[in-house]
Amino acid sequence: MGNHFMTLRHTPLIDCHRQDGAKLVDFSGWEMPIHYGSQIEEHHQVRQNVGLFDVSHMTVVDVAGTDAEAYLSRLLSNNVTKVPVGKAVYSAMLNHDGGILDDLIVYRLATGCRLVVNCATREKDLEWMRLQAASFEVSIETPEDYVILAVQGPNSLKVLRQVLVGAESQLAAKLKPFECFVSGSRLIARTGYTGESGFECIVDAADGIELWQSLRRAGAAPIGLGARDTLRLEAGMNLYGQDMDEETCPSAANLSWTVALDDRAFIGRAGLSDHPRRDARQIGVKLIGRGVLRSGYPLVEGDEVVGVMTSGAFSPTLECGIGLARIDKEVASLAVEIRGKRQPVEVMTLPFVPRGQFASS
Amino acid sequence: MTEVRNELKYLDSHEWARREEDGRIVVGISDHAQDALGDVVFVELPEVGRVVSAREEVAVVESVKAASDIYAPISGTISAINERLVDEPELVNESPYDDAWFFVIEPSDVAEMDALLSADDYSALCDASDH
Repeated sequence: MGNHFMTLRHTPLIDCHRQDGAKLVDFSGWEMPIHYGSQIEEHHQVRQNVGLFDVSHMTVVDVAGTDAEAYLSRLLSNNVTKVPVGKAVYSAMLNHDGGILDDLIVYRLATGCRLVVNCATREKDLEWMRLQAASFEVSIETPEDYVILAVQGPNSLKVLRQVLVGAESQLAAKLKPFECFVSGSRLIARTGYTGESGFECIVDAADGIELWQSLRRAGAAPIGLGARDTLRLEAGMNLYGQDMDEETCPSAANLSWTVALDDRAFIGRAGLSDHPRRDARQIGVKLIGRGVLRSGYPLVEGDEVVGVMTSGAFSPTLECGIGLARIDKEVASLAVEIRGKRQPVEVMTLPFVPRGQFASS
Repeated sequence: MTEVRNELKYLDSHEWARREEDGRIVVGISDHAQDALGDVVFVELPEVGRVVSAREEVAVVESVKAASDIYAPISGTISAINERLVDEPELVNESPYDDAWFFVIEPSDVAEMDALLSADDYSALCDASDH
């Protein structure tokens, strides 16, 4: 009822989605495509060929100024000062207790740093970032009217090169994972959230509509946020708000690698060693037998609850239930409780689906 | 637009019920329901012989998106289940009114059928939820 009278926000690509027959849903206040017919077919399209996502609901934050580096070095768990211009880095932003306020990507550009944070956490993040900026000489700006496109899959470079011209095409071909370049108002990066090779492009709204249409003509199929979730889960990637939140420290979400324990006094560092969840651990599990794993299902060993599913889905690639779980202790055998019934699960190494494994070419 | 079949009765929770000539009631989920669920990947069926009450949860359908309970439209005894759905859950998307029936109930009080929605009333309910 609460959302019923609220106006949903739209990305500049809303008409493109409607033309493609998208099923639109309320996604944290944005009307976004969940699928364009079949989520499972879209998932396979990205694993085997190439798909196109509109992720313009995500929040872009530009940080610049004399103290930009010092400020981000204090704000983020990963160390952006070690990242050269033209590279990106994944990081957590922690609260003072070491809990995860958000996860984000930082693109290092000649003009400063461009951050992409989650959509549901936008206001909270901006408030926190501005609060922490008080003693730094920095500007924190949120551009309007942009489009973020993700082109993902084994054929992503092929279609991207068909629509880029001249130097952009050359530069895109040379990008290694987590590298980026700026061309005019375009930021093109080899990043993504699917576990496949792919690119993300942050561009002006009008440019984004044209780019979307030309990528569609070049053979990239539109992919909804439903498949985005199963793709990231198969890739063993966390989703903020499910697999991690303010109550979770990085080590409990497999994110210790995003915490650079160098000589920086970054926010949250002091809280990590006695965080309430410091002994918890994230594992990947696969359901033995038929069914689907869902977030919130308890994990048990014997009669003891030892953990909880934080994300779950049906894996279109593996054709079984998979999910991420947080467990509080080491266990020999695990079962999941689904609607009061127990079913065994197998602990899996992450990612569930290694990159490129299911490419057809 | 999704299809609503005139000869069927409906629950507001999107099950359909069809009375056979022998008096048994076949139950499935509507085209509107399968469309809202998205790709169906798992179906859990009741045991044959189970006695159920109208509005009781008796089966589960899971799509890539979510799990949904299936309710008995009418009281009685489960007399058959469609085991094909266990291996081919996608039938729920492909043929919701024909191949993808879920279970059959031997009714204990067939008059309960009168409490179900007509096709017109159910269509109106689907239209309202689309807007």
